[in-house]
Amino acid sequence: MAGDKFSDRYNRNFNTLSPEEQKRLGESKVLVLGLGGLGGGVCEMLARVGVGKLTLVDGDTFETSNLNRQLLSQEHLIGRPKAVAAKDRIAAVNSEVTVTCIEKTLNESNLYESIKNQHIVVDCLDSISTRFKLQDAARQASIPIVSGAIAGVTGQVTTIFPEDKGYELIYGKNGREQSNGVETRTGNIAYCALFVAAIQSSECIKVILNRGDILRNKLLIAELWTNTFEVMDLA
Amino acid sequence: MIQINLNLFATLAKYRPENAESYEIVEGKTVEVLITDLKVPREQVKLIFINGKRENGSYQLKSGDRVGIFPPVGGG
Repeated sequence: MAGDKFSDRYNRNFNTLSPEEQKRLGESKVLVLGLGGLGGGVCEMLARVGVGKLTLVDGDTFETSNLNRQLLSQEHLIGRPKAVAAKDRIAAVNSEVTVTCIEKTLNESNLYESIKNQHIVVDCLDSISTRFKLQDAARQASIPIVSGAIAGVTGQVTTIFPEDKGYELIYGKNGREQSNGVETRTGNIAYCALFVAAIQSSECIKVILNRGDILRNKLLIAELWTNTFEVMDLA
Repeated sequence: MIQINLNLFATLAKYRPENAESYEIVEGKTVEVLITDLKVPREQVKLIFINGKRENGSYQLKSGDRVGIFPPVGGG
């Protein structure tokens, strides 16, 4: 059992989480792939709740159009790498978290190597075809994926284990050739991005702790204009 | 005629008919035909849910079915 600093920092996590569960989170390794609207929220929430080792991946730099929704973006960071901003933010929020930042876009050639030593990958990507490549790598590495996607005020979350069909059930077999969804027409709104990021963070913690109900072979769909929240069976 | 509860998500919401919550159709109509009747471009439909379960377009609709039609969503 850790000392007082541990107890103070995570005091308000108890007793929703037990000290043993808190310790397990501290030993967990999570890779967040994509540090935009979803990833910025996910890495902040995972660091605050106490996930001990975060690998944060994004090859992009901030643009002005990110400011409407991406927590990590700030006016003075336009043109700067998202992965570096994420590392700085997590260091400021919870310096006990070990952060590795990867300033590059992962593809078939380096996805497996980057994720193979992780416990979970959180998919915060903005490309459907890259999600399929991630699933191939995660299947090879035998690790689960917590996936979120957004368009406007519509969002979806699912959790994919290595033996699951995963994205094929959501995007179809021809999804591998599809780069984008309808978000190219709707844009993305901050509160929807952060809502979906919160559900992804929750799924990630539940998978680590093997606790609660997981969205495995299920798709949580949220539509915020109509307050529609449903969990659909995919399999 | 039977009534179904119809929901079209995101960019497909503009194809939602009046009385979508108790929309009248002929019993046994397939979802594929329903999508055509609603003038929803087929390539914009990615997921079809009936009563909370994923189905394909050949599903024949029954009275009281809850139908959800969903486009591809991939943003991050």
